[in-house]
Amino acid sequence: MLWACILLPQLALDGVLRRRPPSNEPLVLVSGPAQARIVHAANASARAAGIYRGQRLTAAQALLQQFVMVEHDPEDEARWHRLLAAWAYRYSAEVGLYAHAVVLEVSRSLNLFGPWPRFESLLRDDLQELAFRHRIALAPTPHAAYVLAGVHDGLAVMSPEILRETLSPVPITRARLPADATQGLPSMGIRTLGQVLKLPRAGLQRRFGTELVAQLDRLTGDEPTPMDSYRPPDAFEQRMEWTHEIEHVEALVFPLRRLTSDLAAYLAGRDGGVQRFELELEHRSGLPTCVTVGMLAAARDATLLFDCARGRLERLELHQPVLAMRLVASDLPPFVPAGRDLFDTRPTHAVPLDQLRERLRARLGEQAIQHLHRTVDPRPERAQSDAAHVKAATSPETLPRPTWLLAAPCPLRGPAPEVLAGPERIETGWWDGGDIRRDYYVVRTAQGQCAWVYCAPGEQGNWMLHGWFA
Amino acid sequence: MGQVLALDTLLHSRQVWQGRAAPQPSGSQPTGWATLDAALPSGGWPEHAMTEILLPADGVGELQLLLPTLARLTREGRPVMVISPPYVPYVAGWEARGVVMSNVDIVHADERDVLWAAEQCLRSASCAAVLAWPLHADDRALRRLQVAADTGKALAFLFRDRRHAVQASPAALRLELESTPSWQIRVRKCRGGNPPVSAVPLASGWS
Repeated sequence: MLWACILLPQLALDGVLRRRPPSNEPLVLVSGPAQARIVHAANASARAAGIYRGQRLTAAQALLQQFVMVEHDPEDEARWHRLLAAWAYRYSAEVGLYAHAVVLEVSRSLNLFGPWPRFESLLRDDLQELAFRHRIALAPTPHAAYVLAGVHDGLAVMSPEILRETLSPVPITRARLPADATQGLPSMGIRTLGQVLKLPRAGLQRRFGTELVAQLDRLTGDEPTPMDSYRPPDAFEQRMEWTHEIEHVEALVFPLRRLTSDLAAYLAGRDGGVQRFELELEHRSGLPTCVTVGMLAAARDATLLFDCARGRLERLELHQPVLAMRLVASDLPPFVPAGRDLFDTRPTHAVPLDQLRERLRARLGEQAIQHLHRTVDPRPERAQSDAAHVKAATSPETLPRPTWLLAAPCPLRGPAPEVLAGPERIETGWWDGGDIRRDYYVVRTAQGQCAWVYCAPGEQGNWMLHGWFA
Repeated sequence: MGQVLALDTLLHSRQVWQGRAAPQPSGSQPTGWATLDAALPSGGWPEHAMTEILLPADGVGELQLLLPTLARLTREGRPVMVISPPYVPYVAGWEARGVVMSNVDIVHADERDVLWAAEQCLRSASCAAVLAWPLHADDRALRRLQVAADTGKALAFLFRDRRHAVQASPAALRLELESTPSWQIRVRKCRGGNPPVSAVPLASGWS
């Protein structure tokens, strides 16, 4: 077993930063009761000004005149944590959640994703894309990976023998041992993990209880680690909230890109697709504005999802400013990737046909693209349909049929046309009230057009134009 | 022009006029009409370019002209886009001429969006041919389509009224359909050669 630990040192801060456009202004997360507000986290430019975690807010305000203050929301942080677990599920079937970290079992994933350095760079690229700062370590036990990630970024320990050596110089304060041991051991003159591991277990157990010994055994792999494996939820829901009101749709585009890329990451982890999802724009008062984004087939490509959602959103007129946006995808059908020809001759910048269709539908409307097929009905008005549920005819028609059909027949004007063929009697439709009784002819008009016309049975005149042999 | 081009390829692509008739290259996009193929310098539709078809009225055989090409493309499984046609394409009539309708997408667009949709389809490089009926298209818009057809390596067919014949057009090929006294085609402009002087007669037939 090999476990990778992805430590997320700035989870809460990254969660807040990623929903705002990139900027350099100082930003501080605050927490604590109203009388004693403290700094929970600060971004790089705030830290450069001397603000640090755990500082009193009043002290921070004395250091820096102007900074953005955001209330720390533990619920929000937990949501990001779960999102990252859903993302990690793509790489491993065994994913566990530790405080500020995600661990995943990778020994079997290495067969698929390549040796660890390549796999590690895959993970790092994804996290970079999702905008979460991270530290990654690899070890034979999850707890050891968790400890090592806190000590040294990018450390990879492949075998249990080396693990003991690597763990020994780790200071007690960073070994993530139970709290009483972390305090008690240094006062006994024991400063590193190596020293603890050499101590007789019986004495340690007497002094600090069973918890410490069990922890040490799990750390070195002498005892298996009980782990609640993460299971991804069956629906995706993500919400973004702003401290200010957004009045223009353009300003929603950046958060939308984040939401759709999160959805894509979640779908990739679940190996699923999405065909319909909803965007809810929440206002100060009244019901939220709901935008439904539907696609022709299940998709999970981040660009495609963003393109579709953006097209729908841009057609929207905001009547009220928006305070928060929520993306809900509850119907997640299986995803079938489109087959591509190995010897595809299309240029590399080609937009796939599905994506093109979605783009057209996003701007021109849901019903903009039609695929007509022939039905079994002999009436010209109903001889073809766009609906998938209408049965398609199989046998080809041998009688002359035009290539253009008028949506509604209209009287044929002009001088009397020359009859080329006909009549063909179409008399049917008694079963659904739409019965017709017509004689169809092919005629040539004075302008040289070939027309498909009909008149009442028996008479040759009062032509009604129904199609063109164009 | 940083790249080195063989002289042969330049001559064969007929971008240089040599003052004498070069041997007729066999086109890779035959129109399906032997007389028309013989009259066109590229031996068929100009590849990766726009063809403008000028019509005296609707229904004068503009589809008959194209259906052999569409049948060939759709049978190869390549998609064709039909953007805002003036009438409903009648499936039975198209299928009778060999078109596979499941590869034909009919796009309904307003007057303003026709050119946008056509450009998107052409640029995407995933369509084999795009047919469009724009009502208002100026020189700039047409040039955009021509460039898009070139980038997307697709055939673009634009159907316009005959009164636009006097306008300049960046299309690689301009055809004017005539229905009286007989069905024939006048080549108004063609890239790679002088347009034939006389009209090209086409075998008329309504079925």
